[in-house]
Amino acid sequence: MKTLVIADHDNGILKPETSKTINAALKLGFAVDVLIAGENVAPMSEAVASIAGVNGVLVADNSAYAHQLAENIADLVLSLAPDYSHLVASATTTGKNFMPRVAALLDVAQISEIIDVVDADTFKRPIYAGNAIATVKSLDSKKVITVRASSFDLQDEQTPAESRVVDSVFSSELSAFVSVEQTESERPELTAAQVVISGGRGMQNGENFSLLNGIADKLGAAIGASRAAVDAGFVPNDMQVGQTGKIVAPNLYIAVGISGAIQHLAGMKDSKVIVAINKDPDAPIFQVADYGLVADLFDVLPELEQAL
Amino acid sequence: MKVLVPIKRVIDYNVKARVKADNSGVDLTNVKMALNPFCEIAIEEAIRLKEAGTATEVIAVTIGAKASQEQLRTALALGADKAIHIETDEKLESLHVAKLLAKIVEQEVPELVILGKQSIDSDNNQTGQMLAALTGRGQGTFASKVDVANGTINVTREVDGGLQTVALKLPAVVTTDLRLNEPRYASLPNIMKAKRKPLEVIAADSLGVDLTPRIQLVTVNEPAKRSGGIIVNDVAQLVDLLKTQAKVI
Ligand SMILES: Cc1cc2nc3c(=O)[nH]c(=O)nc-3n(C[C@H](O)[C@H](O)[C@H](O)COP(=O)(O)OP(=O)(O)OC[C@H]3O[C@@H](n4cnc5c(N)ncnc54)[C@H](O)[C@@H]3O)c2cc1C
Repeated sequence: MKTLVIADHDNGILKPETSKTINAALKLGFAVDVLIAGENVAPMSEAVASIAGVNGVLVADNSAYAHQLAENIADLVLSLAPDYSHLVASATTTGKNFMPRVAALLDVAQISEIIDVVDADTFKRPIYAGNAIATVKSLDSKKVITVRASSFDLQDEQTPAESRVVDSVFSSELSAFVSVEQTESERPELTAAQVVISGGRGMQNGENFSLLNGIADKLGAAIGASRAAVDAGFVPNDMQVGQTGKIVAPNLYIAVGISGAIQHLAGMKDSKVIVAINKDPDAPIFQVADYGLVADLFDVLPELEQAL
Repeated sequence: MKVLVPIKRVIDYNVKARVKADNSGVDLTNVKMALNPFCEIAIEEAIRLKEAGTATEVIAVTIGAKASQEQLRTALALGADKAIHIETDEKLESLHVAKLLAKIVEQEVPELVILGKQSIDSDNNQTGQMLAALTGRGQGTFASKVDVANGTINVTREVDGGLQTVALKLPAVVTTDLRLNEPRYASLPNIMKAKRKPLEVIAADSLGVDLTPRIQLVTVNEPAKRSGGIIVNDVAQLVDLLKTQAKVI
């Protein structure tokens, strides 16, 4: 029994989800190898090899893997699968894209977004927007698993494990990369930040999101949003927190002008401390908030920035 | 171009799911059911492709109990031309669903399959990708824009870092994200018309797919409850409590 974790990275920058996913994979109880697939990713192999618990690193460096196209990554993972009993990836938009393809090609089920490892076959995962937690047992001989990284801790460091090169190149004709629009931000990533401040429809427009900037600067926070704020075009899609956006569990989550719909709560209710600022005392967000402030956000945001 | 739209009947998105007292699952008795929101978006996109002259026929397909014909009728009322109901009372897994859909793809040979990225009940986010794999097609998941031209479909995908656009050779599989479109409502005349549109029923076990469970549901529990918080008077008190009580800033 042996586990292969597929590393998640963005153009050669390792994502913190990878370390957390390795943490989850180690709970299975077997040796953990990590595959890094991408273009010019060799420099990243040292960082991956230094994550505590990593047994070995496999580096597949080729332009075919540059944009993490699901067709190519899935074929690559499939070619390595015979050596492993468990295949594990983060439930990021990359892992969610190629892993089910791997599972289907292996003719096994996938267990999506686990939040806990009970044993090597049994896992907990949220269903119904996190309103229920299912404990499921995989009956397949090989397991394909994606991990909700926010439910696991970062790993410590170790002296680097061995790396080896994987030469096989899978370059499918089915799909091709066209372009990418990367959202640039100086702030910490939503899924990695210790503090997250999110704005909702109550922010009224994109410019008003700047009211969150000063507070985020002072707290070292990432800025998130509700679906309503994204749909209205206030902010880009990658800021959406929720059932179908990003799942966050920071030490402090501040929801501003967000009502607290089931789908939004699904993405943030495991935060350690939740603060809600909303002018409607009956807003459902107050039911999950540790500290609620019933007020007009346009009055209290400048005050809050001052007070910090 | 023929477009196949697989859809699912699920709990209405406004309803909060309740866990059964015996922990065997989620209680769906007398709960309002609806078309999965992502499936609505998929149907809408298919209909827009037809209105634009790109698609020639839109076929809706669902797998489930008899009651899911209600959602097929909704799809027909929204503009689908015909519907296929793969009937089963079993609770199927994504892999089974993808295999059954692959059979329909074999029969109907659609150039495009467009379906929701996830269903809001099981939250798996697997079926489209699995169907693409099983039918040897390219996949454009989490689509917020699609563009069909010259045997190719360009799909703009919502990804963690922003947006990525890929070009897929047709035939292909696309899964929808929230911002692909805003679904319309069915008009009363169209709801009436939908009753006369063709709806074919196929027994799931007649399609030659092994439906043996691969996953055993052990138990379903309530998530950890958050203990009730307090309402603070003003910003000063909030900041003070975050510092001295919660110790998070
Ligand atoms: C399939 C599906 C998936 C979804 N996925 C997600 C998801 O991932 N994430 C997500 O967030 N949503 C998601 N949603 C949408 C969700 O159901 C809600 O519509 C959305 O979260 C509402 O956003 P909101 O709270 O910003 O807006 P509203 O619900 O409109 O709330 C705005 C709040 O702002 C308050 N407010 C207004 N003005 C002020 C002011 N001046 N000062 C203080 N407070 C003010 C109001 O009192 C109100 O409570 C999904 C929905 C569906 C159907």
